[in-house]
Amino acid sequence: MKHRTFFWFFLPTGLAMLLFIAAPIVSVVIQSFYTPHEAVLVTVENCGPFGCKEETTIDQEATRELREAEPLGRFAGFSIYLDRGHLAVTEVGQAWQSSQSVGEFFGKLGNLPFYRALAFTLTYTFAVTPTLIVLGLMIALAVNSLHRHLKGLIIFFSLLPMIVPPLLGSLVLFWMLDSRGILGSAIQWLANDPGLSLKASTPLTWIMLIVYGVWSSAPFAFVVFYAGLQTLPSDQIEASQIDGATRWQQVRFVVVPHLMPLVTFVALIQLMDNFKVLEPIVGFNAEAHAQSLSFFILNDLSGETWLLSSASATSVMTLVGVAILLSPVLLRTWRDFKGKQ
Amino acid sequence: MFLKKITLAAAITALTSTTALACEINGRVSIVGNEFPAIQTVGAGAKECQGGEVNTNLTADHQKINLAGMQGDPAEYTSAIIANSSIVALMNDDVIRPLDDLVAKHGGNLKKNQLITIDGKIMAVAFMANAQHLVYRKDILEEIGVEPPKTYEEMLEAAKMIRDKGILENPVGGAYKSGWNLAQEFNNMFLGFGGQHFKPGTAEPNINSEAGIKALEMMKALSEYMNPDFLTHDSNATNAEYRAGNVALMNMWGSRAATLTTAEGVPQEVIDGFAIAGPMTVGGGETPASTLWWDGWTVAKNIPDEEAEATFIAMNHAIRPDILSDDNVAIQAVWLIDGYEPTEKAIGVFEAANAGTIPYPMLPYMGLMHTALGNELADFMQGKESAEQALADVEAAYTAAAKEKGFLQ
Repeated sequence: MKHRTFFWFFLPTGLAMLLFIAAPIVSVVIQSFYTPHEAVLVTVENCGPFGCKEETTIDQEATRELREAEPLGRFAGFSIYLDRGHLAVTEVGQAWQSSQSVGEFFGKLGNLPFYRALAFTLTYTFAVTPTLIVLGLMIALAVNSLHRHLKGLIIFFSLLPMIVPPLLGSLVLFWMLDSRGILGSAIQWLANDPGLSLKASTPLTWIMLIVYGVWSSAPFAFVVFYAGLQTLPSDQIEASQIDGATRWQQVRFVVVPHLMPLVTFVALIQLMDNFKVLEPIVGFNAEAHAQSLSFFILNDLSGETWLLSSASATSVMTLVGVAILLSPVLLRTWRDFKGKQ
Repeated sequence: MFLKKITLAAAITALTSTTALACEINGRVSIVGNEFPAIQTVGAGAKECQGGEVNTNLTADHQKINLAGMQGDPAEYTSAIIANSSIVALMNDDVIRPLDDLVAKHGGNLKKNQLITIDGKIMAVAFMANAQHLVYRKDILEEIGVEPPKTYEEMLEAAKMIRDKGILENPVGGAYKSGWNLAQEFNNMFLGFGGQHFKPGTAEPNINSEAGIKALEMMKALSEYMNPDFLTHDSNATNAEYRAGNVALMNMWGSRAATLTTAEGVPQEVIDGFAIAGPMTVGGGETPASTLWWDGWTVAKNIPDEEAEATFIAMNHAIRPDILSDDNVAIQAVWLIDGYEPTEKAIGVFEAANAGTIPYPMLPYMGLMHTALGNELADFMQGKESAEQALADVEAAYTAAAKEKGFLQ
């Protein structure tokens, strides 16, 4: 395509991307470097149904002047990124100096919200992504070998976890897993422990969230792989059969290499999605046991007083985290692309 | 013929009575607020007004949208229904207007204690009061032969007796869900032990104290008698446990107590045994371990004066004394409206007010403290860290947030 043609062809998309993707990111990055003005506080008398009381409030006149002078707020540099709610540099330094062993240091690190959230998010991401890829591939192979009359029905049922909105799916499972729910009681019966509660134990909550993550995302991998299987050249399979390949060898040496670009694609999308895990934590009321960066953003923006700068800093850090996670896959794709040229 | 006359007479009476109640506005009214029954009544009342468009958006997520919806000019919402905790966020960002002139012009039916004044200016009109107090099963307490507990220590004793006798495995209920609810239970207990959240006159945190540690220890002791999933139980889940007959003693919101046993499928013994008492004290203190709340409405600042007037008229119409003639409405809340006669269900909130319960602090930085408490206390409740460590974490989390917001240097 000529450069000129390409330019006009790409212009509408480029403009939309600039407006809806680049501009919001830029605004979030700017926001993360500024904090609200220092509050000018005054003590006033407040009265209501329960009598009068001296209380502190914000002096609106004085604050308005500050706001008009510098509408963006105070420039804070990286201070929000470094504070206790985020990278907690000072606290990490103190923990390092006061710890006798590495184990003790990690214990103290786990008490800081960012590192605790990172621990869960990474465990979740690296447990869910490979599992769902393998599971998706297995479902795709199984469905592909079914009789064509059965296929439609089975495909529909396999897709159900993806069709159900994530929040709803996790809520339904949450109720079923209650110690009085059907699954919760079944697990108690299996473990022979009537006091067992999934929701009261951190390891069990993590496992519950990971199982949910695989359950809800496996259909996506399945659909992509199933579509890929339809493009599998039958002559290659036949050739391998003539060579005496077993069914496992056919899958291992013919099917999987053929689907490899799709595996990369699913891995990319799912790494991104799983790193931003939010709905299961909300749906399973699991915030006492598991938190993620996205949950912090929600938390900063749902209290009575919003922490916009903190939420922006967490957003930027999520973006950086996703970029780091994706870099090996992207690098590989780039090398393949270079190799082909 | 006779029937026809009666119908006609009835129709005329109905017509005249509606004209008597008529509410005429000329301007847009748009209301955002929470969704519990009493607020639904207020929203429906405002919608009766004629002459202007009246919209309501009543949702449990109201706090996530009310500020953003009032910051624009003109503001999307002309009124936000808020409580003494959430008015602070609207005050901090200066999006609500003083109502003195409108109260003088249209607010003849309002009592003085309904007017929320901040620095001498009327900023909101309260219509109901709320507090957390004891809800219990009188049949179970009679069975073990104890009086309804007046203190949390007595509550623990009663819980132990109920468990030991094999009546209920987890007799205590509590909205201890990690986050807002858990923080609120800490606030109750902390104030009951005589604690103060901040050093006087400053935004410096002051919870890592003896009162804070005692409050946490009491919460931990209570949680031993709760459903092991207590960190996932909000008010709704706790009420469900009570309705199912699994709970005999709990600290519950007055606004939810009246309708607690009216749901479908509640066993007869739970309905018959349902009883309400005032809030409990703790650690030999005089002040109940609870907080007082009001709910009220505000008028947005960034709207034309006609819309503000229309909003005031519509909201004022919605809380006119007449609405109490409907018995279903009268039991929905402890109304602050003129002519309200407390029902049997209101006794808990009334006792809370009479016993000198402290109102929830209306401080610009209280919301940050509440959020920090909600995030950092779950570790202690699970036995993962000491009370001192949990309280130190809360203070550190609060300090980081308060520095960002400019409340601390």
